[in-house]
Parts: sequence; C-alpha cells; structure tokens
Amino acid sequence: MITQDTIPTRPNKMTDWAKLRADFPILDQQVHGHPLIYFDNAASSQKPRAVIEALDRYYERDNANVHRGIHELSNRATTAFEAARERVAKFINAKTPEEIIFTRGTTEGINLVAQAWGTKNLRPGDTILLTEMEHHSNIVPWQLVAERTGAKLAYLPVTGDEGLLDLSKLDQLLTREVKLFAFTHISNSLGTVNPVAELCERARKLGVTTLVDAAQSAGHLALDVQKIGCDFLVFSSHKICGPTGIGVLWGRQEVLDAMPPYQGGGEMILTVDFFKTTYKKAPHRFEAGTPDISGAIGLHAALDYLDAIGRENIFKHDQELAAYAYEQLTQLKGIRLFGPKTGRAGLVSFLLDDVHAHDVVTVADQRGVALRGGHHCNQPLMKKLGIVSTARASFYFYNTRAEVDRFIEVVRGIQKFFGT
Amino acid sequence: MSDDLDDLYQQVILDHCKSPRNFHTLDGANRKGEGYNPLCGDNYTVFLKMNGDVVEDASFQGSGCCISKASASLLTATVKGKTKAEVQALFAKVHDMMTTGTVSDEGVGKLAVFAGVHKFPARVKCAILSWHAVLAAVEGKDGPVSTENESD
Repeated sequence: MITQDTIPTRPNKMTDWAKLRADFPILDQQVHGHPLIYFDNAASSQKPRAVIEALDRYYERDNANVHRGIHELSNRATTAFEAARERVAKFINAKTPEEIIFTRGTTEGINLVAQAWGTKNLRPGDTILLTEMEHHSNIVPWQLVAERTGAKLAYLPVTGDEGLLDLSKLDQLLTREVKLFAFTHISNSLGTVNPVAELCERARKLGVTTLVDAAQSAGHLALDVQKIGCDFLVFSSHKICGPTGIGVLWGRQEVLDAMPPYQGGGEMILTVDFFKTTYKKAPHRFEAGTPDISGAIGLHAALDYLDAIGRENIFKHDQELAAYAYEQLTQLKGIRLFGPKTGRAGLVSFLLDDVHAHDVVTVADQRGVALRGGHHCNQPLMKKLGIVSTARASFYFYNTRAEVDRFIEVVRGIQKFFGT
Repeated sequence: MSDDLDDLYQQVILDHCKSPRNFHTLDGANRKGEGYNPLCGDNYTVFLKMNGDVVEDASFQGSGCCISKASASLLTATVKGKTKAEVQALFAKVHDMMTTGTVSDEGVGKLAVFAGVHKFPARVKCAILSWHAVLAAVEGKDGPVSTENESD
C-alpha cells in the first residue's frame, strides 16, 4: 500500500538550478552560432544524464524480454520493468501498481480509454463532454468512438484570449446525459491550470466518468490521483525527462477491471485456444505484445530525478519564469498574449502584429532560441480565438531568467526585422 | 541577422510580404486553386482568368506567413501571359530551386529570391504552397491541395 507519506518531496530545500542544468548534456551546445536556448519543453523535454545512463545500463547488462523467460536476464528485465510500474504508482499516488498501464504516450492512453471503455459504455444519445482547450489527442479519439457508438460531443467553452474554462456553463453542460468528461490539467497552448479536483467532484456527483490529460502537468507539479478524484489520468514520459515512446494510463482499479481488452496479443492472455481466449486482469490485459521495457526503465530514472528536485520546486520555478516572460512581453508594442494573466503554468503564447508565428520561430531559431509556432494541435481553439497559430515559449527547470532576457531581446529584434 | 536569414528574407520577399501584389479576388476568374498547409494553417486561393490555354490574369487571397504570402504575390505577377505548359514547366523549375537551392535554368527571373528557402527545410512548404495551388488551377483540378501531399 502506497500512502501520501511515501511520496518523496522536498519542497523546502534550496535548489541549485545551475547544477541541475549541467545534468543535461544537450543544453551545452551552439545552434546557428548562438548558445542554445531550449524553450520548446511543452512539446518535449530534454533528458538528464541519469536517464540516458539508465537506458545504456539496461541495454549493456540486462536486456531480455519480460514475463516469459526463465533465465537470469529475463528475470532482471522483468523485475526492472515492474519496479518502474511501482515507481509510477508512487509518483501519482495510485492505490496499487496494478492501476498503472504502460502505453506509447498520452495519445495512446486516451485512445485506449475511448476504444475499450467507450465502446462498452457509450450508447446512442449519451454525451461525451470535453473542453474547447483540448489537444487534438483529447478530441479526435472521442470523435471516432462517438461515430461508432452514436454518442455526441459537447464542449465546455473557453473565455477568450485569457483562456479560462467558463465554469458558469458547467451546470448547463454537465448533465446526467454525460457519460464521460475528459479535460486537460494544463493547456498546452494557453498555460491555463484547470481546477481538476473541482471538475472531478462535480462529475462524480452525477456519476460521470472522468479522464484527466496530465501531459503538461505530470512533470511540473505534484499529482495525486486519489486527491484529484478522477477515473483515468494519462501522461507521456518524453515531456517529463523520460524517453520517447512510453507513457502512462492510470485507471481506477474497478473501472479497469470492468473494461474489455484494447489490443490482443501475447502478454495479455491467461489461456488461448483456437476459438476462445481468457484475459489477464489489469494492467497486463491492456499491454499486448512486448512492451517498451527500456522506456519504462528510463521513465523510472526520470521520476527519481524529478522527485529528488521536488515537483513543488519545479512548478514554482516554471511559474516564475513564465510570469517574468509574460510581464516582459506585455511591455512590447504590437503583441497579443494568450492565456491567464496570473497563475499560469510554465509557458507563454503570443502573436506579433503582422508577423506570422512561423516567421517568428524561424528568426528565433537562427538566434539559437527554440520556440514552437503553429496551432499546437489546438485547431478548434485557434479558430474560436480567430487566429491560425501562435508562437510559444515553454519552460522547464533548467531554463534561466537570463535565457528569458535573451528571448525578449530576440523578439524585439524580430519586430525590428519585419518593421512592425 | 545572419547570412542565412538574409537569404531567406530578402528585401524583395519582405516587400511582397508587406505589400502583396494582386491580393484580391478576380472578376471574370474561371479557374481557382486552393492551397492549405495543415501544419501552420497557411491557406491561399489562387484565381486565374484563362483564355484557352493562356493565363490572362491572376490574383490570390488568403493568409499565412511572410514566405508563403510573398511567394503567392510573386507567383501571380509571374504567371500572367503564360500558357498552361509554361506554368507547368515553371512549377518544376521553381520546385527544384526551392528544394535544392540551385537556379539551374533561366526563366525563373525574380523568383530566384526563393533559392535561399532550401536552407530552411521546414519553410520549403510555405514557399511552394501557392505553386501547388496554381498548378491545380491551370490543370483544372477541383478541391484544395495540401502541402502534406508534398513528397519533400
């Protein structure tokens, strides 16, 4: 049994951010003749040496398939793989490791729920409630399952450029017809931090199943699925210092046990004959085929690394940088900023008058600053805001105020370059 | 600004992006081609007034980045008076130039300013977008063309 006390957090110690930054070999390089400033963390984070070495160690010493070999290497791989599952459970305060399903990432986690849970539980006339700030990965899987089941979609509105959920519409939209309410914890394009525990509580009172997209929050703030009170929570490893290709679906045990399999194959079965198969319970029921073993081991190392810093510390650092960048950007003329004015997560999204986001990103890149420009997989939201794209700077704990200063200088240079 | 950036955003390109030519719908247009880049949302319609095989007039509308807008602007100025076959041949030359940087043949004229785009692989699609649209228009193809069919 894992309890709150076993979650290692050290919110009060002094953090040596420069020392942590030195753990990331990739950051020490020049891009187009300038020191790299990596501000695309909402897309993917960089990896500390501890994670890279964990992957090397696994492949150099322990690599074998899991759950089937009787030999030593297979035992080691299996032990390490299942230890990663336990570590993830601890990371989000799941009741048991059996509630942790390894996926390819957030997207697959949502698709798994949409296919396995959705197909079984959705009927014609049922409603799937989403929000207008969802990433395409939390829209399209629901559209697919809605088409198959006859369920319909509804969206909780966003207030406009400030990017808050319009909670005054919640009573009207969150009704007994709603079978599932899926929403993001932190918006990837606006930086809004949504009141997930409150949304889950409102849903629970009506018996509505909830899914929280924690892709942007998992590595940035402490997560406790029991306190949040959701039924499903999904996130990716690569955004939180872990390897690409692996992610996590957490589901409440009783909900998982009532779900049919997602994919069929090895690893997820009890018995198979030519015409009938019986399935294992969660989590293995949902993990057909050889899993991403090294990915799980790398993720384990990433979670150890993050918790040694303390996610409270990380979030405070992210927020301070974002607030500083936001305040500096508001000083510029001819700029439109998106997302909440206060309490934003570690990113800023903006548009310069008469300069397209892709031109901003191209020029910034030539100055060594990696930004993201585009619709951020939020096309419906962009359409609602009357834009097609924004430029985004997203921060992590290895970024510095000096980098934000340089970024602001670069943005000023871009305005000058395009004569705005 | 570095040399590569000056190659990408040459003065001619900046001028056409700030003051695009033929940036309107076209009275009497009998062909149009739409270009859409789902990665960035760039969206242009190229209008043509064709007399037989000859482009008598051309214009465009839509929105997008500096590179795509300047490219569409220069395109509309360039294709006027050209035949379908000439536009097709020019497309091939422009495509080659934008992806390799080599201005291998005469005939591209002012369009040579887009040779610098090849150093920015992510931006080649911006520059080529309206060319796909005009190709579809002269060939009389219906429906929007997307840069995601672009093989480069």
